[in-house]
Amino acid sequence: MASNPELIEGVEGTTQCQMPSADAYVVHHITNLRMPKGADSMDPWVWHVDTMIVSALLGLFFLGFLYLAARRASAGVPGGLQNFVEMLVDFVDNSVKESFHGPRKFVAPLALTIFGLVFLWNLMDLVPVDYVPYALCEFFGVPYFRIVPSADINAPFGLSVTVLLLIIVYSIKGKGLGGFGKELFTHPFGKNPLLWIPNVLLNIVELIAKPVSLAMRLFGNLYAAELIFVLIALLPWWIQFIPGGAWAIFHILVVPLQAFIFMTLTIVYLSLAYEEH
Amino acid sequence: MLPSIWTLIGQAGTFLVFIFAVMKFVWPPLTQAMEERRQKIAEGLAHSEEAEHALERANAEAEELIRDARRKAGEIIEQASQRGNQLVEQAKEDAMGERDRQVAAAEAEIRQATNQAREALRERLAELAVAGANRVIEKEIDPQTHRAMLDKLAAEL
Repeated sequence: MASNPELIEGVEGTTQCQMPSADAYVVHHITNLRMPKGADSMDPWVWHVDTMIVSALLGLFFLGFLYLAARRASAGVPGGLQNFVEMLVDFVDNSVKESFHGPRKFVAPLALTIFGLVFLWNLMDLVPVDYVPYALCEFFGVPYFRIVPSADINAPFGLSVTVLLLIIVYSIKGKGLGGFGKELFTHPFGKNPLLWIPNVLLNIVELIAKPVSLAMRLFGNLYAAELIFVLIALLPWWIQFIPGGAWAIFHILVVPLQAFIFMTLTIVYLSLAYEEH
Repeated sequence: MLPSIWTLIGQAGTFLVFIFAVMKFVWPPLTQAMEERRQKIAEGLAHSEEAEHALERANAEAEELIRDARRKAGEIIEQASQRGNQLVEQAKEDAMGERDRQVAAAEAEIRQATNQAREALRERLAELAVAGANRVIEKEIDPQTHRAMLDKLAAEL
């Protein structure tokens, strides 16, 4: 993910939307639109504007979709939209019911939000890879634009850090501050004071591993998927639909599955945090 | 130079394959599941409405039955009290009749006993009269000859 501003800035200082080589093309596709301009990709204070815009738009879409369904909801026979949303809500609620045994008032909507958002993020992978960035570049001069938020590590990681915070909140909620502290110090080896430090270290590793594995799993899947779509786009145009079509069909499985896994693991982590063990 | 118009067309082909697959294999089961769910809900609602109606009907019927039963019970009680009155009346009448009859029988007996006693007295008196007369006239009176006279005397007593 090296930053290559020289690839994009033409000699006359105008934005060049077509890449001279396959290398540059692929690199262009995996470079986010950054603020401030030209910042290093490893700089922690850089903003990935494209990821933020796309996920905000998708979030708004999801909210609006649910709001519309909720506003039109009736107790009678559900129409198309309500029926679909009810199915979705039922499905998520059942998933939560199966693994989380505390109060579901917050956890079920959280799970629905995670599922819907990650699903829409992943779905962006199916939009033909060049369309949005090329159009934005050609008509608005936007040099880079990645439209798959889950293929940018920051988005999944942001979500999973939120989950980590919720894990801590639910640990305290379920076991009390004392119970949680006691568990940190006495699990898993025992309550001998000599073991306190190893216990704490192991627990911290365990805690950190949860959001990292959540984020990495989603990011890895979608990043690889996006890259493969980019590579397929390098093939001759008349053959692209065969591997591209196959990969896209495979996505019918990947897109909801990754969203489901993210949601289910979140529920499981929260349930583990909430219950005494 | 990438992307070219050809890569854009190639990607459109990929997207078309995807759309086709969704249309063919994802959409039908999804819409079918939704339709089934909708139908199930519609049926459930219809059933519940029907059940409500049935309950209403049953309630009305039950009320009708209760009203009927109450009315019948009233009738029966009425009849029973009438019959009871009749029975009491009858018993009273029977008792009166019995009393009258017994009184009459007793009166008859008394009368008979009186008559008998009177008869016996009369006979005894006749004998006494004859005996007295015998003593007075110290001469036996022939009972055969004075019989008629004595009987007449006794009847007059």
